[in-house]
Order: sequence, then C-alpha cells, then structure tokens
Amino acid sequence: MVNLNDYEKIVGKEIIEGLHIIAGKLNGKMMQHINSTAVGGGVAEILTRMIPLLKQLGVETRWDVIKGDEKFFAITKAFHNALHGVSVEFKKDDFEYFTEVNRMNSEEMTFDGDMIFVHDPQPVCLIEKKNKTNKKWAWRCHIDFTNPQKDVMSFLETYINRYDSSVFSAPAFSRKLKIPQILIAPSIDPLSDKNRELPDETIKKIVEQYGIDMSRPIVSQISRFDYLKDPVGVVEVYKKVKKYSDCQLVLAGGGATDDPEGMQVLEEVKEAAAGDKDIHILFLPPSSDIEINALQRASTVVLQKSLKEGFGLTVAEALWKGKPVIAGAVGGIPLQIKHQYSGILTYTIDGTAFYLKQLLNEPTFAKELGINGKNHIKENFLITRHLRDYLLLFLSLLNEGDFLVFENNLQR
Amino acid sequence: MQQNKFKFYSEYNLPVLLGRKATNIYELLDGLKTVPASSLYYHTHKFLKQHHYLVPEPTNDFAYWIRNILMQPKLGEMTASINIAEFNNLEDLRNRLIDILENHDRSGYGINCQKGFEFQFMSCKTFWFKNKYDAANLNEFTEILKKIDISTFYVNIFGSKLRQGKQKNDFEEWFSSIGETELSEKLSNIDPYTLTLDGLRKRILKLIKQYGKSE
Repeated sequence: MVNLNDYEKIVGKEIIEGLHIIAGKLNGKMMQHINSTAVGGGVAEILTRMIPLLKQLGVETRWDVIKGDEKFFAITKAFHNALHGVSVEFKKDDFEYFTEVNRMNSEEMTFDGDMIFVHDPQPVCLIEKKNKTNKKWAWRCHIDFTNPQKDVMSFLETYINRYDSSVFSAPAFSRKLKIPQILIAPSIDPLSDKNRELPDETIKKIVEQYGIDMSRPIVSQISRFDYLKDPVGVVEVYKKVKKYSDCQLVLAGGGATDDPEGMQVLEEVKEAAAGDKDIHILFLPPSSDIEINALQRASTVVLQKSLKEGFGLTVAEALWKGKPVIAGAVGGIPLQIKHQYSGILTYTIDGTAFYLKQLLNEPTFAKELGINGKNHIKENFLITRHLRDYLLLFLSLLNEGDFLVFENNLQR
Repeated sequence: MQQNKFKFYSEYNLPVLLGRKATNIYELLDGLKTVPASSLYYHTHKFLKQHHYLVPEPTNDFAYWIRNILMQPKLGEMTASINIAEFNNLEDLRNRLIDILENHDRSGYGINCQKGFEFQFMSCKTFWFKNKYDAANLNEFTEILKKIDISTFYVNIFGSKLRQGKQKNDFEEWFSSIGETELSEKLSNIDPYTLTLDGLRKRILKLIKQYGKSE
C-alpha cells in the first residue's frame, strides 16, 4: 500500500505539508469519481494510485464505474476514434443508445459526492442528474481534442456545457465552451515499478539478458510499435549517427499480437534493422514495467520520435530518470521539454540525427539537459502535483472567484 | 509586537484555458487588450515557477513565443526586458505590453506561426494559504526563509505587489516595520525577475547577513 509520506523524500517535506494544508480546507467533503473501467487504461491506473493518497489526506473519496454492454462500448470506442480525428459514420440510434445506457446508470447510481468528477465521454450524460443533486460537477477529458469529428463533438458539447467546470490535459485540447476550462496535466508516479529507483545490479542483469552491452552508449526508444511513433525513422536516425559515434539502438515496446498494424510495423522495423547486431528490437509482454524502467535507466540518450502524440508520458518517464531526451515536438511533448533547456525538440530525421550526435559527443551538455529535465518533471509532472491540482479544483468549485485567500481555517 | 509578526503564505495556481489563441502579433495584441488581468499574471509568472531551476530568462510567455516561435528577436527582447518589478498593478503592465506592440515596426505582424504553435491564452485561479510559519524577528525570518518551499516566498515577492497593488513587496514592508530600513531599501534594489527563485532566496539571505541590524 502506497503511503503519502513515502513521497516526502522525493518531492520534499514542504510539498507534502502543502497538500495537507489544502486538503484541510476540504474537511468533511467528498470527492466522487466516475469512469467506465476499473482496470486497464490510463484513467483507471491513475485513479488506483490517487484515491488511497486522497484518503490519507483526509479527503473522503469514492470511485464508481458505469456499466455497459458490448454495443455501448463499441459506440464509445467509435466516439473515441472520431474525437481523435478519424472519420466515423454514426447512426441516430448510436446516440440514443449511448444516452439510454447513461440514463440507466444514473438511475442505479447514488451521487453523494460534494464534487462529482466524471472522466471522459463514456459517462458524460450523467450530468442529467445535476439538478436533482445540487452538487458541483466537473468533467475531465483525458483525450486529444484538437481535431474532433463535428457531429460527435456537438453531441457531447450539449452535455459538457452543463457541468460546472471542465478539465483538459494540454492547452491545445481546449475548446470554445460555455464553462471554465482548467488545465491539469497528467502525471507519473515516481514510486511505481516503471519509475522507482532500481539497484545498479538489477539494471545490469535485466539489460544484459537482452544481449545489450552496458559498456557502450545505448540509444533507446521505448514505445508501442506504431507508425505514429516512427520506429523505422528511429532506425534511420541511428544509421546516420552510427557512422560517426559508436552506439547501440534499443527499440522496445509492447503491442497486442492481434493488432495487425502493430505486427506489420514490427516486421518493417526488423527489416530496416536487418544485419546490424547493435540494433536490439524487443517486443515486451504486458507487465514489463521493471524491464522498461531498467532499459530507460541504462540508456545514454532516450528518443521519442513521435509524429503524433497524446500527452506522451514516456518522455516524462525518461526525463524523471535524468536522461537527455530528444523528442518530436508534437502533442503534449513541448509541455515537458523546453528546447535546449530540458531536452531537445525535433521535427525531422536529419534534425534528430544531428542532435543525437551532439549529445553523444558532448556528455556534459547531455547531462545538463537530463538534470534540468528531471527537475522540470519533479516540479510539474509527478503525482503529487496532480493530487494538488485535483484538491485545488475541488476548492475552486466550492468557492467563487479567481483569487482566494485562506487564513487558518477561514477564507478571507 | 504580536502584530509585527511576519506571516508566511503559500501560493498555488490552477491554470485556466481561455479557449482563445493567437497565430500572429495582431491576434496577440487583440488578446492582450481583452483577456482578464489574471491572464497577464499567469503569462508573466508561470515560467518563473515552472522553470525556477533554470537560467533566469525568459521571464514571460509572450516574449518566449515572439522570439522562439515567431522568430522576431528584437520584439522578443523588448517584451522580455519589461521591468515587471516596477509595476504594482496588472493593468499598468497590460498597457506597457500593448504600448510596445503598438509602437513597434509592424512589417512582420501578419506572419502566422506554424500550425500547432499558436499562443494559447490562459489565466489562473490563485490560492493563498496561511501556512504554519510566522517570524517574530529577523533571526526567525532567516531560519524560515532557508527552508520554506518556493511557493511560500513567491507569494510575498511577486504576488503582493501585482495582486494587491502594494508599493512594496511583503518582505520590504515588514523589514521597514521592524526598523530594518536599510535592509528594506537594499531589497527594493533587486530585480527578482532576473534571478532564479533559488538565486533570489540566496540573495535575500545574503542581504540579511550584510545589512540586517538585528540579525
């Protein structure tokens, strides 16, 4: 069981004390989260880790999950794709079925929280209950909204605009809405298996089992085998650099074996890498968090050469390990990297190769980027900041105004 | 003596997306004229807090966008070098920014940034919380300043003037009130926007050591 005090040695005593001060203003209030799945996916993952911490802070917290059948989730999956800009055709019945499942859930659920925090589009219509509850309602969007399909967006907006507040992960995802839009970026948990400190011998053991030589520079990209992560482009970058700097390339990632596109990308990467013993292509099974952690920690430079990206938390993971990162300037990545301060942002294969050579040749500069990057993640993208933002959001819903001063237990 | 205690607060901000963006200087100028004052505060102070471990510049989002995205170095420098320390309200700061943009050579103002690199106007909800620290004298003040989180002295240096319209920041005001007028004056000569927050902490501690009479 994770304990809030365990984070003190990472973020400092003052940050944890700050959380207690803010949470103290929410005594006796309840935060109720509602989403569509208890396991799997980023939302469930972060709620699983956050809810015990909120409870330790004295904020009563409840987590409810809506129910739906195969047809409902097929519709919500199609919504998800359409919101990401993929063209999808919907029938009138799809929207009706979606609202009907929401209505049935709303009849079964109790809305006891002082703040009802609804995550993503699946349960969005629960807002129909707002007038009967007299509670504060917030809608949290975890997905990229930059190029949504109009009919789905218009349908959702009729519900979103009835919430008291909305929450987005990146500025570019914001919309013209009638309600306040709050920016709360996602976070990584420094104590999870994927991010916690590992002993050197563990790292060495894991990395060497893949045949990787720890005594020579390691360049890695740890990401799904997906065209949008451009793994073939990464092989090309490596080949351009290899002529001038000795290094090994590690391309590691998971992906469902029943995903034909993922397997096709993997085959293309293998073909591009054929004949080079210094390229290590690792298809990792699920639950390889410690392996991913070790590979990132063993890397000299980490790449994330994405062509399109949601928030791109793999960048935060690598930066948290103090690694110099070269990443595509897409999605949420520019929020995590300020070019040449806390990492390198690139747009092309040639640009990525140029900066990779530079970082391999100039370890002092690379180290400085890594230090700045780690500090940036520590200040802005750890779970403790995420917790604080949720508490502040809750307070802002209960107190009007843009400038709130709390004296001891009273608001000034 | 009780009322002369210095009370420390912690500041936190919750960023608010205004759903408005600029693709060129004309649109930036339009936005500057109409966004709420809290947006000015957010865009001129966010960088200080989010990147406080880095070199001190750039100090504001407008300057960063003009220089690094629109590639207009002279205008970028002019907006970066606004002496925010001399302002004690956000409307004057807004007018200064507008003045610079309205009176600069406009030949590049219509050039749009690359898609995806628009300036996203934001503001913030600001929260001040009284924390557990109170200082009754300069010695106590020094010990607290050494250990407090940056969000605590950030509010006293940056927030008090711009958000509350005070002529002096909270530290200068308190130093004067306990008879440390020279220390207060020396502190007023520091431009806090040209230091990292840790650098600022060290500078204040050094000033107390040099000029604090009761230290």
